[in-house]
Amino acid sequence: MGWLLVVIKACYFLAALLFILGLKRMSSPRTARGGIVWAGVGMLVAVLATFALPDMQHRGVILAAVLIGVAAAWWSGRRVAMTAMPQMVALYNGMGGGAAAAIGATELFSYAGKAVTLLDGDQFTASGASTPGLSQVTLAVLGALIGSISFSGSLIAFAKLQGWLDKRFVFPGQRVVNMLVLAGAAVLGAMIVGGQLSVPLIVVFFALALAFGLMMTLPIGGADMPVVISLYNAFTGLAVAFEGFVLQNEAMIIAGTVVGAAGTLLTQLMAKAMNRSIGNVLFGSFGAAAGAEAQAIGGSQKPIEASDAAVMMAYAERVVIVPGYGMAVAQAQHKVWEFAKLLIDRGVKVKFAIHPVAGRMPGHMNVLLAEAGVPYDLIADMDDINPEFPNTDVALVIGANDVVNPLAKTDPASPIYGMPILDVAAAKQVIVVKRGKGTGFAGIENALFYADNARMLYGDGQAAAGQLVTELKSLET
Amino acid sequence: MIDGFLALYIFMLAAFTGYEIIARVPVILHTPLMSGSNFIHGIVLVGAMIALGHAQTTFEMVIGFIGVLLGAGNAAGGYVVTERMLEMFKSSKPAVSKEAK
Repeated sequence: MGWLLVVIKACYFLAALLFILGLKRMSSPRTARGGIVWAGVGMLVAVLATFALPDMQHRGVILAAVLIGVAAAWWSGRRVAMTAMPQMVALYNGMGGGAAAAIGATELFSYAGKAVTLLDGDQFTASGASTPGLSQVTLAVLGALIGSISFSGSLIAFAKLQGWLDKRFVFPGQRVVNMLVLAGAAVLGAMIVGGQLSVPLIVVFFALALAFGLMMTLPIGGADMPVVISLYNAFTGLAVAFEGFVLQNEAMIIAGTVVGAAGTLLTQLMAKAMNRSIGNVLFGSFGAAAGAEAQAIGGSQKPIEASDAAVMMAYAERVVIVPGYGMAVAQAQHKVWEFAKLLIDRGVKVKFAIHPVAGRMPGHMNVLLAEAGVPYDLIADMDDINPEFPNTDVALVIGANDVVNPLAKTDPASPIYGMPILDVAAAKQVIVVKRGKGTGFAGIENALFYADNARMLYGDGQAAAGQLVTELKSLET
Repeated sequence: MIDGFLALYIFMLAAFTGYEIIARVPVILHTPLMSGSNFIHGIVLVGAMIALGHAQTTFEMVIGFIGVLLGAGNAAGGYVVTERMLEMFKSSKPAVSKEAK
């Protein structure tokens, strides 16, 4: 090994180390900021080292492609709104999957050009210089399969969250068709591994793998998308690890596997927080099976004026604000925080309570509140805040619906039955800011809105929060 | 050259590492962490560069070029988005309290 190669290998080692340390730092709010920088340095080191690899051709073309890709992604990532983060993660993840599939494709096509045949000792012989081993071809095929699925699936997830694809495509026998497509891709993959490295076979293999990703994602509803994106994130990690083995690149193997394992666990945690199993997300349809008769809800929704609501909270001792995605859509988080600051100035103890799946993704709401400048120590998790609701004078629910629905505890027929909720109804008074009388994301009536201690403040989140601020300010003078 | 079993050991150890890192993460960091791990598999860019660097035919070059384009997008986009998210995590009592919420 020449000295250059040693330096390059050392760079890859450093990159892998920085990735792991960076990810570790990202798992605590205090060090998270630095974590991404560490990982970024690792990436830079690895990319620069790759340029220096001795047997590389087309360096100019590579540089051009890198610059275009970086510029486009940097530009789009900078200007996208925080509410659109989940779909951007899906988009970039899809790109990673696509890149892994592309690596697999170049490898397989280059083998195909060399009339490869399988010999007894599990070793391919080729007329060219490279002689891929059985394990290499197998992993190239596996990585290509998983990467392709992640690519097309993530793009569909992106389109759905972006609102370009509202419909869920469901037809009878869909599951069977999907399974046949997957089986077809698997059979072709096995044939490729078996030594039939012909170009048409490889093309059809990729077409089937991409089609499966599409068809698997199309019937999944928007509410389940975060779990799916997380799953594809893990998929891409695995695909990267497999292709890393094919290319004999240790940094890819380690980074890919770490992400694969971390992503799988993250997917499970998310699914658990949403009270869904992964199998249920992938193969069941939310709200499709209307089971037993839904519990009838008695009482009526009682409206309240903004001025009364402001007074109620101004003279309260403890106020808990429960934000939901509705608040984020209305871009009301800045107004809400302004309102909360006014309350704090008056000596009211204010906390924000966040349900694990508030927003579109676990933790998404924390990001949105952080954007508005809410310090994270005022933000409480569900488990911490639930015992405090009985001592809370006013709970202000803004744009949240299903995550505060008491039916999740009382009505076994409800589709959200069993989902852990924020126990808002236990507060002395509840004020719900809501645009109209409609149902939430999951299309379920909310018993909270009919409760005796609940008052409805109708209006757009932004406007309602603005009114509350004005009313509160008028109290000061 | 990494042989089969050595690769298996690397797989196993890296998988445990990934699992352990995530195991005790507060919910508030799930989204940034997903985004962060999304950035880390942007290392696929390196592989795509190697693939393009060894391309023999025009067809392979086209696929390799697309691969590098996508990989670069994954890495750069993943970084920007994660960085923007994490930038916003601030405490109301800066640098006074040592504990992470």
